[in-house]
Amino acid sequence: MKSKRSGIQLTSGIILFLLWIGFFSGSAGAAGKEYALDNGLKLIVKEDHRAPVVVSQVWYKVGSSYEHDGITGLSHVLEHMMFKGTKNHPAGEFSRIISANGGSENAFTGMDYTAYFQTLEKSRLAISFELEADRMRNLLLPADEFAREIEVVKEERRMRTEDDPESYTQEVAMATAFQTSPYRHPIIGWMNDLEAMTIDSLHDWYQHWYAPANATVVVVGDVDAEVVYQLAIRYFGPLPAGKPVPAANRSETEQRGLKRAKVKRPAELPSLLMLYKTPVLRNHPVDDSNTGDWEPYALEVLAGILDGGNSARFASRLIRGKEIAASAGVSYNLISRMDNALTLSGTPAQGHTVADLERAMLDEIVDIQTSLVADSELERVKAQVVSGDVYERDSVFYQAMVIGMLETVGLSWRLADEYVERISAISPEQVRQVARKYLVDDYLTITELEPLPLDGHAPQDTTGGQGHVR
Amino acid sequence: MYARGLLCLLLLMVARVNATPQIQHWRTENGVAVFFVETHELPMLDLQIVFDAGSSRDGDQAGLAMLTSALLEEGAGGLSADEISQRFEKLGAIYHGQSGYDSSSVSLRTLVDTGKLTPAIENLNRVVTQPDFPQESFARQRNLALVSIRQKQQSPGDLAGDAFFATVFGTHPYAHPGEGTEETVQALTREAIKGFHQRYYVANNAMIAMVGDIDRAKAEQLAGYLTAGMAAGEKAAPIPPVPALTSEKKVVLEHPSVQTHILVGQPGMKRGDPDYFPLYVGNHILGGGGMISRLFDEIREKRGLSYSAYSYFSPMREDGPFIAGLQTRTDQAQAALDLLMLNLRQFVEQGPAEEELIASKKNITGGFPLQLDSNRDILNYIAVIGYYGLPMDYLETFTANVEAVTVEKIKDAFRRRLAPDRLAIVMVGPGSQKEGGTD
Repeated sequence: MKSKRSGIQLTSGIILFLLWIGFFSGSAGAAGKEYALDNGLKLIVKEDHRAPVVVSQVWYKVGSSYEHDGITGLSHVLEHMMFKGTKNHPAGEFSRIISANGGSENAFTGMDYTAYFQTLEKSRLAISFELEADRMRNLLLPADEFAREIEVVKEERRMRTEDDPESYTQEVAMATAFQTSPYRHPIIGWMNDLEAMTIDSLHDWYQHWYAPANATVVVVGDVDAEVVYQLAIRYFGPLPAGKPVPAANRSETEQRGLKRAKVKRPAELPSLLMLYKTPVLRNHPVDDSNTGDWEPYALEVLAGILDGGNSARFASRLIRGKEIAASAGVSYNLISRMDNALTLSGTPAQGHTVADLERAMLDEIVDIQTSLVADSELERVKAQVVSGDVYERDSVFYQAMVIGMLETVGLSWRLADEYVERISAISPEQVRQVARKYLVDDYLTITELEPLPLDGHAPQDTTGGQGHVR
Repeated sequence: MYARGLLCLLLLMVARVNATPQIQHWRTENGVAVFFVETHELPMLDLQIVFDAGSSRDGDQAGLAMLTSALLEEGAGGLSADEISQRFEKLGAIYHGQSGYDSSSVSLRTLVDTGKLTPAIENLNRVVTQPDFPQESFARQRNLALVSIRQKQQSPGDLAGDAFFATVFGTHPYAHPGEGTEETVQALTREAIKGFHQRYYVANNAMIAMVGDIDRAKAEQLAGYLTAGMAAGEKAAPIPPVPALTSEKKVVLEHPSVQTHILVGQPGMKRGDPDYFPLYVGNHILGGGGMISRLFDEIREKRGLSYSAYSYFSPMREDGPFIAGLQTRTDQAQAALDLLMLNLRQFVEQGPAEEELIASKKNITGGFPLQLDSNRDILNYIAVIGYYGLPMDYLETFTANVEAVTVEKIKDAFRRRLAPDRLAIVMVGPGSQKEGGTD
């Protein structure tokens, strides 16, 4: 898969992994049906009758890219608080009811979305709808629950970021690369913002973003779409629409020159992140004459040429071949609200430095800018897309995920239907063209993890444990 | 992406039964047991060949099984690593090799059109039966193994896991990490790898699980292709039983982190264990039932001490571990450990309340269709059933077995199988001089 190495993308590893499978595939739209409720709630249903199971997901257009300095992490903390009770269902009852019905449930927050899901035996969908509709408007947000849950989130941050040198480095890389774009904020938030967060700010955030007009409900499974629509009208229909809210859209200012950052943390292994600013799929591809609407697909193919398997260039040339990398990967996210990045990452092999690895990766970029990729490489990527399109349908959860993600970043879920065709249309010339246009030094940020000894003194605690705010 | 509970999500990702799948079973000409489920909704096939060749076969060469597994795709039948991976990937097929304590396996996901299916299967046969173990690949993969051993040194969670297994299993073959240690991996030789392959990657030591869009005749033919040229060999000898811990064993490791990772446990149970259902259902109540379990409620929901707080049994060929764990800011680590121990003790002494049992049964039985809703899930189940020799009606009887568990059976099983005064306790984090303080 795309981001093969463990660790380096811990904070967003799951999502990158998902994206690759999802978007080296993309049958999600096939046979789906879309409905709109009077209050603005959008419902997308895809029937899949393989197993007597249904997955229901509620996607809100809010996430860390809607936040600004000082309030980072708010969307994610609110996601945690969504399990803390409403007037009708006290804290913990949501989970108890879903569990008693044999369901699995959870929630996740990304840069561009916050989503809640349940997987249930097919006859129990109404249970999910009733509970989700309730917490869409009736959340209580008790102060005592917040006081405990914010500590849980701080522990989550300590586990995922503070104590994971590669994840910590990833955070610095994003904050360095993006200057004005909110993608500079970590999804979980900076520790000092978590320290300063108040229950009032959560109330405001909830009131602002949690309403039918800002939500998409995605249902995939052994259901009848029309019946699901009627259920949605029954449970979500009575909710007031809420005021339509424009999304926060502060864009990235143009980067004019290479940026570098270094992170020193107790660690065993150095590592390298090379992040190039790149465009993403757009809603209206013709609104920017500089950006061909094929470009994100060409970047997707480029990522596959470099890192789409064990025969791809990074594995073949850097891990084998030159034996310069112990691990090497590429991640590119074409489903994103605003321009994002294509990231090369790796750990040098024994006897090599980060500088060696950087040079070798840059050589690969130069190669792809100067020589056309071989037909056999392109055919391999396309064969993987065609097969991925079938493999993806093995998971109802996954199919729902792709639909929800596309809708929530402002694209149409039907775009998934075009995916195989659009990828298949990419030529070697187009791959070279996007490499020349975007994978250039001026749009690059290089971040290095320089290990400090693990057996030295414990590092300074920057997490503000014990109420220690810096 | 941040999930409220990461484990749940990951489990869900790979989370089908229309009723329960019908498992077909036969042996190939050279004696390999095959377990097969026909599913015709999607034009794809998932398969896995499992060998009794896990790290419990390493002997004093820790890392041997894992390195052998990693080297299979590095050159076989005269083809290079590039050629082997190209042959899979140009078909859109996905190859995956993995190595655990009890077994090592290779798996393949492929489309079923004839132009793709047969070449992918032939390539997999080559990888498994004719690996060349080229010298340069051996040297490189050994270096990569050393890198991954070093990488674990920077993760308090990984360090805690390794220390936990070492403490619980002592001198048993489950004690050492599959990656091996710096010393043992340095000492590995290409000859040892070849010998390991010759000894364990053989027909009498293998089984095949297959799920997908082919009929029985085709499945028999493919299983034949897969095992063609595989030496008969001999079944691996049984591994010894796991001795119980005789006293509490506490291990504290210094690590420059801000949290302390805590793991507590002991040898638990085996696959097909007579106490499997009371232990499984009981643990669902204690710490396995996600957001409704006692540990989650007491440690996270009521006190905000940890992002994750859980317990589970990991049944293996011989007794695999029972593990309970959490991770918290170091100054409150002792308090969190005390709370974890208190909950374990209470559960073993008093067992669950009737309403807790009812709630857990509802979750497990009501959620059973979710456990088998994909080809991948079915493959995982039949691989376990086939490899460990579980009854062929395991899935059909699963719900009834869960329903038959009572509060008394849970109490009885936990009292006999878990001893709260003889636990392994592992803490990895910054030293006591940092407790309660920061910069």
